[in-house]
Amino acid sequence: MTESKANRKHVYLLLAAAIVAAGVFALWPAPTERETSRAAADTLHRGIGAAPESFDPHKARSVQASIVFRDLGEGLTGYTAAGELVPAAAESWELSEDGLVYTFRLRDTARWSNGEPVTADDFVFTFRRIVDPATAALNAGAIGPIANGPAIVAGGLPPESLGVSALDDLTLEITLSQPTPYFLALLTHPSTFPQNAANIEAHGAGHARPGVLVTNGPYRLAAVEPSSLIELERNPHYWNDAATAIDRVHYHVLVEPMSEYNRFRAGELHTTSTVPTDIFASVREQFPAALRVAPSLGIYYYGYNVTRPPFKDNLPLRQALSMAIDREVLVEKITGRGEEPAYSWIPPGIPGYEPPRLPFELMSQEERNAQARRLYYSAGYSDDKPARIELRYNTSDEHERIALAIQSMWRDVLGVETTLINEEFQVLLANMRERKVTEVFRSSWNGDYNDAHTFLSIFESGSPWNLSGWSNAEYDSLMRRASTQLNPETRRRYLEEAERLLLAEYPVIPLYYYVSKHLVSPEVEGWEDNILDYHYSHHLSLGAEGS
Amino acid sequence: MLAFALRRLLAAIPTLFFVILIAFLMVHAAPGGPFDSERALPPEIEANVAAAYRLDEPLPAQFVRYLGGVVTGDFGPSYRYRDYTVAELIAGALPVSVLLGGLAMILALAFGIAAGSAAALYRGSWLDRGIMASTMIGISIPVFVVAPLFVLLFAVTLRWLPAGWSGADGTGRLVLPVVALALPQVAYIARLLRASLIDVLGSDFIRTARAAGLPMQAVLFTHALKPAILPVLSYLGPAVASILTGSVVVEQIFGIPGLGQLFVTGALNRDYTLVLGIVIFYAALIVLMNLLVDLLYGAIDPRIRYS
Repeated sequence: MTESKANRKHVYLLLAAAIVAAGVFALWPAPTERETSRAAADTLHRGIGAAPESFDPHKARSVQASIVFRDLGEGLTGYTAAGELVPAAAESWELSEDGLVYTFRLRDTARWSNGEPVTADDFVFTFRRIVDPATAALNAGAIGPIANGPAIVAGGLPPESLGVSALDDLTLEITLSQPTPYFLALLTHPSTFPQNAANIEAHGAGHARPGVLVTNGPYRLAAVEPSSLIELERNPHYWNDAATAIDRVHYHVLVEPMSEYNRFRAGELHTTSTVPTDIFASVREQFPAALRVAPSLGIYYYGYNVTRPPFKDNLPLRQALSMAIDREVLVEKITGRGEEPAYSWIPPGIPGYEPPRLPFELMSQEERNAQARRLYYSAGYSDDKPARIELRYNTSDEHERIALAIQSMWRDVLGVETTLINEEFQVLLANMRERKVTEVFRSSWNGDYNDAHTFLSIFESGSPWNLSGWSNAEYDSLMRRASTQLNPETRRRYLEEAERLLLAEYPVIPLYYYVSKHLVSPEVEGWEDNILDYHYSHHLSLGAEGS
Repeated sequence: MLAFALRRLLAAIPTLFFVILIAFLMVHAAPGGPFDSERALPPEIEANVAAAYRLDEPLPAQFVRYLGGVVTGDFGPSYRYRDYTVAELIAGALPVSVLLGGLAMILALAFGIAAGSAAALYRGSWLDRGIMASTMIGISIPVFVVAPLFVLLFAVTLRWLPAGWSGADGTGRLVLPVVALALPQVAYIARLLRASLIDVLGSDFIRTARAAGLPMQAVLFTHALKPAILPVLSYLGPAVASILTGSVVVEQIFGIPGLGQLFVTGALNRDYTLVLGIVIFYAALIVLMNLLVDLLYGAIDPRIRYS
């Protein structure tokens, strides 16, 4: 009796084991499944980093959102694969002699993803929507130069008073409040891409969902898994659809650069959004052909809070600390990805602009150190009475390594006692903005458009991005004169003079210019490095298996 | 038993209220806001945004409005994923976390119970030492080491399995994350069970059963396992809750759109509503799981009575 009971137990056990085994086999992938999904040569797999916050360009402002928007939509102007400005939704334009009125001629072949024509009224709707306070568009500043724009954003005027009007279905007139040489570049910004009024009216807050969103670019939004995958498919109504080579684009959300790198190594991604910094040398060794490093329009810098001691009215100390940093060591030993040491505020590469350089660039580091010591002593510090400063940065391995190196350079050259404080990004942001506790802080600035103005305007008094709190009447006046100047040569002189003044006052320590870094599978054709680091999917194609 | 369950559920209401209150105060006390980035918003745009998302109201008003929403099941819009509501995001991420966590739990229970019983039965043998040694390794090697090693071996080098979640639509994408999640749980369960089983096996009623001539397997499965499983059960309550709400590390490594990932991005981006929504969900789940475990205790061990 007990024996048979035990036997029955054995049978149950075997059954249970069989069920578990069957489950495991069912879960195990059939090898073909994955091969088919990978071999689909008409799908481009791109790593994107963090997830875009919205597919309504007026509710998002992250780099990631802009990357997807540039595939989904198209502004009046756009860029080639190499980063040259070209007509896009507009076919041509004219500028009045006073530099204030643009008249755009739209393409009569331009279509929405639902097949309807894109008209001048659509642009009028979009531009009014950006500045309408009710929209609360995050990038409302992008069209600041348009007449009445800032006043409408501030609630002083109705959106209808914006300097944008449709002369007929295909003619759009935009009136500026002052000449703006970089205005055409602003129009490549996704927040200026036309929005479909009928769709927004019909679906309200839900208008930017896959299957609902109506866009005017080479692709349309097919499916979204908010924190994982964004699927785009070819928009057959796009006016230049014939030039689109790839049918589907999948953007994979991968916050960890290491995970993204592994996906690339496993053959699951064609392009990556970045390259893990701490193993950069080994990546370069393993993927010499796929690794793409190029100068980009961004600068990594340390700022001084000049509204508080010890940096308030203390030019010699600010200057000494800047000179005592061996930037070559930073880019060679710490970042090591081909970055260039920074001796100007504006990175090189902006057409028609030659950034002035920090005067000590031509000295050797020993000479710089010697002069830094003289300045440091002249500011009243000595070995017995060293400067004690706090350096704040947001938590990250690389920021920490750079901060440690600079801490030791300052100690070795000057005897400065630096306390390192790492803070969560949002905490650091709040501190930098309040300027109550910060002394030296880490930050960076990336150009919005290919013009010196995007870098220099942040130091104008009252700019929300002026984290140093530096304010200079002569600088403000130079910037004002530059912005009303029609002659490009004179404008350039004002801007260069402004930067020279900025560099001489040392509110910031430029450290190095950013590079863009991607892994691009050899299968991908048409990828061109450019300073803006824009890589539209419709410029790319997938060739024969090259890897 | 029903009265007991009801009483426990009613007692959970003030608990949940305080969880909401404290979490609400904490997320709002954290510096920065959901719309901050390295590029500050100009003041007039900031004011428009605050008005549009009603962040300009005083905190008590915001709390009352939020609580009113929660009571009616409305957890508000997400500030980070602005095209979605918090309820939609949780509803989208939950099945993924449940699938992964559920499979990992089943796997952990199957292997953990088998290994733990074997180790207890053959106590002191090489089998026992081997199992104990490997569970020690399982517990002490963190998942952020194991998971990348899996990826490196099975996805990058051998290319048997996908390295990540998105795009690989086969069931293959489940294997690595599930195993990575299950490994430490297998180890915990095996050790817990071994300890309690050794205890039970030494007790009088087992000796009596053996003396009556019952074979060891019968004694183990019909008599010993039931009381010995109790510590595993009480461990299971919180373990299921935490595994269902997602493992942040595993989700980040494999790019899995589960609750853990949502929670972390929500917290880093000061997505007040998303963080609160997940905290409430998590708290409710823990209360429920603990209640469930207490009820199961009674079903398994007739000595336990609810009063």
